[in-house]
Amino acid sequence: MNESHGVAVRLAACGKTFANGARALEPITLDVASGETIVFLGPSGCGKTTLLRIIAGLEQPDAGGRVLFNEADVTVIPIERRNVGMVFQSYALFPNMSVADNIGYGLKIRGVARAEREARVAELVTLTGIEGLENRRIDQLSGGQRQRVALARAVAARPRVLLLDEPLTALDAALRERLRGELDRLLRMLGITTVYVTHDQAEAMALGDRIVVMRKGAIAQIGTPRDIYFTPATRFVAEFIGAANIVNGEHRDGALILPGGRLPLANGAATGVVLAMIRPETILVVAPEAAALSGRIEAVNFIGDRQRLTVAGAADRSLMIDAPNSLPVKTGDRIGLAVDPAAIRILPNETP
Amino acid sequence: MSAKRTASARLIFAGQLTFTLLVAAFLIVPAVLSMMAGVTANYFRGIRSGVTLDWVMQVWELYADTIGRSFLIALSALAVTLVVGIPAAYALHVRGGRLSRLVEEIITLPLAVPGLAIALALLLTYGGFGEFRRSWTFILAGHVIFTLPFMVRSVMAVFAAIDIKTLDEGASSLGASPWRRFRDVIVPNARPGILAGSLMVVTLSLGEFNLTWMLHTPLTKTLPVGLADSYASMRLEVASAYTLVFFIMIIPLLIAMQLLADRGVMGRGRR
Repeated sequence: MNESHGVAVRLAACGKTFANGARALEPITLDVASGETIVFLGPSGCGKTTLLRIIAGLEQPDAGGRVLFNEADVTVIPIERRNVGMVFQSYALFPNMSVADNIGYGLKIRGVARAEREARVAELVTLTGIEGLENRRIDQLSGGQRQRVALARAVAARPRVLLLDEPLTALDAALRERLRGELDRLLRMLGITTVYVTHDQAEAMALGDRIVVMRKGAIAQIGTPRDIYFTPATRFVAEFIGAANIVNGEHRDGALILPGGRLPLANGAATGVVLAMIRPETILVVAPEAAALSGRIEAVNFIGDRQRLTVAGAADRSLMIDAPNSLPVKTGDRIGLAVDPAAIRILPNETP
Repeated sequence: MSAKRTASARLIFAGQLTFTLLVAAFLIVPAVLSMMAGVTANYFRGIRSGVTLDWVMQVWELYADTIGRSFLIALSALAVTLVVGIPAAYALHVRGGRLSRLVEEIITLPLAVPGLAIALALLLTYGGFGEFRRSWTFILAGHVIFTLPFMVRSVMAVFAAIDIKTLDEGASSLGASPWRRFRDVIVPNARPGILAGSLMVVTLSLGEFNLTWMLHTPLTKTLPVGLADSYASMRLEVASAYTLVFFIMIIPLLIAMQLLADRGVMGRGRR
């Protein structure tokens, strides 16, 4: 399918203070490239939905903030004239219309002739895999079906930007994972500029070209899923994305000095007391005799594809280690630990 | 299960049935008697004196204008409460906050304030506007004040139940102007509340007496005011026949209201 690729979105100093004086967003400046899928990720109350609603035109940024679509200022243009597509967390499907009428509503509003409208609806029904449901009422659909209808409806009129506000949150875990795959395939195929809001980091990683991690109304880090995962800018990002060991240590002689030994570091720039992040899957279990760092196993949690060990004595707090599921270890064992120097990330000291 | 227990269960059921029937009879018998009096040739000699529609005809001749006027006022009140009430309910629901609560309370106030007091206030304020004071629209004003909260409340209840704000945002994201949203999404989805509110408004307006009695002039009597008038100054048979006419008009409305309420419950159960 040959869809238009959508606009480049630019947010310039978009802050938001609510009527009651609560500050939801610090002034944020952000560029979203044409055709890109960008994910706003953060805990609830971080301002991600507010930022999405500013792009949509459902909220106005504070004075001074501007929203641009392909360099054109749309800040004062109401949502109904911005030509955006939106999927709401609750889907917002119209109970008074059939599935087909819901999907075709945006086209009807634009005065598209009936025949053309029906063709486009049929096309989207096929694309989202909801054949046979066209004449159903909304309350006759399952959660997953509603989600697909909401998506079909949002893209029917070929919007310039697709905005998704936690579209999978209302579904159960298994379905969420399956729909995530479908959604990814569909977004790639449409090639439309997409802004996706979620608090689920796995969703963000799977779908985003880039992820904007947000915290307390400000951007904590922007980057590709790999950037965010491997080189988190702050302790908050490191802990929010995936599992992370955050340890205090001393940086001396090209190594990280920990209570249970030392780990060689890649660069020797900083010295002194540092905060370091080590992902559980980057720690290798080795023989204790030869290892520079060792500890004692406190707990073994067998997960299936791997086992998570909790190791005490190596660092200032217990370390989580993801070990292969075949490794013969048990609680109380003394083990040696090794980490690729490149996998250790020194974080800026901060007062969280 | 023992036979004894079955017997006692039956006894309890019989007792409950008797009690229910007694209560129902207590409420229904006077109404039936009154309506029967309306078709009795001479009430003091009883039904033996013969059955007649003369009294009903007489009521029609004397009070047809009050019946017509009552319907005119009820339907006008309905029109006004629809035009004012639905947008008001929408605005109050979407805006939220303390101010909206306050406005809602003010709109609801006439439920608590006696009709006589509202009438008095209207008379004090608009008594000097002769044309207005003398026309049926003066009574309409009173009825709108009295019935508006019922419309606003029942529409607001539906808005809250279906999260109309998000539906509205959904429609706006698809390019619909405020008017299109109102027409295509808000009103159709609020229909159960609008229907329930409409029936309430019409029924309440048709039966309203307190306010109307204060506001009416000899030329702007409504049905209930005419009823009081006939009780006070006519033969008992005429007043009873009038009651009969009133019942015949109001009962279908009440039944429709009940049916609608049942359907509303079922619709929610399906979801």
